[in-house]
Amino acid sequence: MTINDGLLVMTKTVLEVDNLSVEFPARRGLVKAVRNVSFQLYEGEALALIGESGSGKTTLGLSLVRLLPKTARIREGRILYRKDGEEQDVLLLSREGLRAFRWRECAMVFQGAQNAFNPVLRIEDQFIDTARAHGIRDKDKVRAEARELLRRVHLDPDRVLKSFPHELSGGMRQRVLIALGLLLKPQIVILDEPTTALDILTQRSVIEVLRSVRDEFKFSLIFISHDLSLAAELADRVATVYAGKIVEIGNVFDIFEKPRHPYTQGLTQTVPTVTGELRELISIPGSPPDLIEPPKGCAFNPRCPYASERCRQEQPPLEEVGDGQFAACWNWREITERKPL
Amino acid sequence: MSTPIIELAGVSRTFEQRRKIVKAVDNVSFSVNEGDVICLVGESGCGKTTTGKMVSGLLRPSSGEVRYRGKDIWKMNKEEFREYRLAVQLIHQDPYASLNPAHTIYRILSAPLIHHKLVQDENHARERVRELMRTVEISPPDDFFDKYPHQLSGGQRQRISVARALTVNPSVIVADEAVSMVDVSIRISLLAMLTKLMRDLGVTFIFITHDLAVAKYFAWEGRIAVMYLGRMVELSRTPELINNPQHPYTNALLSAIPEADPRLTRTKERIQLRSPDVPSLLNLPPGCTFHTRCPLYEEGLCDVHVPQLQELEPGVDVACHVAARRHGISLVGETSNR
Repeated sequence: MTINDGLLVMTKTVLEVDNLSVEFPARRGLVKAVRNVSFQLYEGEALALIGESGSGKTTLGLSLVRLLPKTARIREGRILYRKDGEEQDVLLLSREGLRAFRWRECAMVFQGAQNAFNPVLRIEDQFIDTARAHGIRDKDKVRAEARELLRRVHLDPDRVLKSFPHELSGGMRQRVLIALGLLLKPQIVILDEPTTALDILTQRSVIEVLRSVRDEFKFSLIFISHDLSLAAELADRVATVYAGKIVEIGNVFDIFEKPRHPYTQGLTQTVPTVTGELRELISIPGSPPDLIEPPKGCAFNPRCPYASERCRQEQPPLEEVGDGQFAACWNWREITERKPL
Repeated sequence: MSTPIIELAGVSRTFEQRRKIVKAVDNVSFSVNEGDVICLVGESGCGKTTTGKMVSGLLRPSSGEVRYRGKDIWKMNKEEFREYRLAVQLIHQDPYASLNPAHTIYRILSAPLIHHKLVQDENHARERVRELMRTVEISPPDDFFDKYPHQLSGGQRQRISVARALTVNPSVIVADEAVSMVDVSIRISLLAMLTKLMRDLGVTFIFITHDLAVAKYFAWEGRIAVMYLGRMVELSRTPELINNPQHPYTNALLSAIPEADPRLTRTKERIQLRSPDVPSLLNLPPGCTFHTRCPLYEEGLCDVHVPQLQELEPGVDVACHVAARRHGISLVGETSNR
């Protein structure tokens, strides 16, 4: 596969999600949280999954490391993980296989996890515990590695290692988590809302840290966020998630500058920027759909200014609309520029 | 000039925590004229919510005065205070927590009308509730009368909170992070609705937010006040503050904000702070509280003297020694400035 970042580069796929569907039983019926999602994650890239609350982006992230709640059902699909020429389906892994996969191959930092440290363990012991759970018993080695990683996330190891979680600020804890995620040198890191609920200057330091550790450790990053500016800041590619489906995916510049799905277009027009002139903001009418009975045809059709009869009947497939850019919209050809109010 | 509708004069508020004194708001002064809009902006712990609560009379200042139409609200008689409390309404951040889950939407909106005798009878109440719901763009109103808050989306709930604040025809609305909890696609329509209210009803707005981009859009024709660790560091007309920030903290905030535009955000000039860590409110640095992080820090000046908010240009008030000096103004008194 190729991605376009100025020149064509041959890239390896480290993760391939193929036709994944996840459902939750509820009293009224099945909640279709993830519906036939397929995408690839390339080596070393940062992929942002953006969408509103309830769009299924977190469920999608959790299913990649099989940490879905017990009630969830994976109805169909494959999650293929590739390393050193070998391929395994994460959905078919045994308990032991899964244990080896998580954290060693793929680390996930959950939303609000900065508040989920064990409160009675010093940061040092959080590192040692994590390593021991994955079979590494050499404490001195873990300590040395932790010191190194903490320095990389711009923290003072002398102070932080001896601290309890409550002694650190939210931003510091988030950076500790990033360091902890990198402890076993995973090939993939998944971050769910990594900067949500952090203050602006703290957010900035987390962003800069993520940028520098990515440069250094070359892992592939999936981050889930409702914050478009974070995607604009960090992502190589962006996938827009709506009603459990990826409705558009492509290079970050294309997604922001020439979105071809009306929902992506809507999202990028709803976010105010601080610098630059006061441009007109356009809101997306209506509210997100019911995932038990998603609208017939394209799930976005009731809110879409371009909806035609076909959109109300048939579900559009992801179609190549540009170089490495795919959109699921029957009318993508008409969505060439920002629609005036 | 007419009397400002809201005026804070040297207002401070301290809290006691384990016998230590936390200065949440320190000597804040500003005034708002009728029909104006002001946004209080800052990071968590800067005192913006505490300030909002003091404006709406929910918290009593430890020192200083909060005045409504020129009168200190804590020296008002019962009748005056009642009138003030009706005139100044607060919209809370969390639409999930601020509506009684056991009451229907109709009951939530009609209760204040009936309590304050703003309607004559049941029919009149219904008519007024309908009207309010149309004002906040919830339609058709009758479909929502018997619904409970949990049956509404976050955006709809926040609209109901706004409608409830409007029941008593307030002159001032204090909106504390009123659009922060809802999704991006809903946020803009809420903001547009509030902007329309401000214009159509002439309501004075004190809008509290951590998001400078939201403040820019809401208060383009008004002012933004930036707070840091309990003090107001800059209070300027919005276009000036956004395009030409004078205080180094305002400047740092603006440069740090990630923008939803990849080209813009990746080429933006970033200001490096001397330290990423916010000092504790329990142990504030002497002098200017920003000096530990400030790139313009000057020893012997910034860590000694507390800078007061001073008008540097018309409509641009800044509390910074270095910025003031650039304008040929000294914020240090004659005696201490040898």
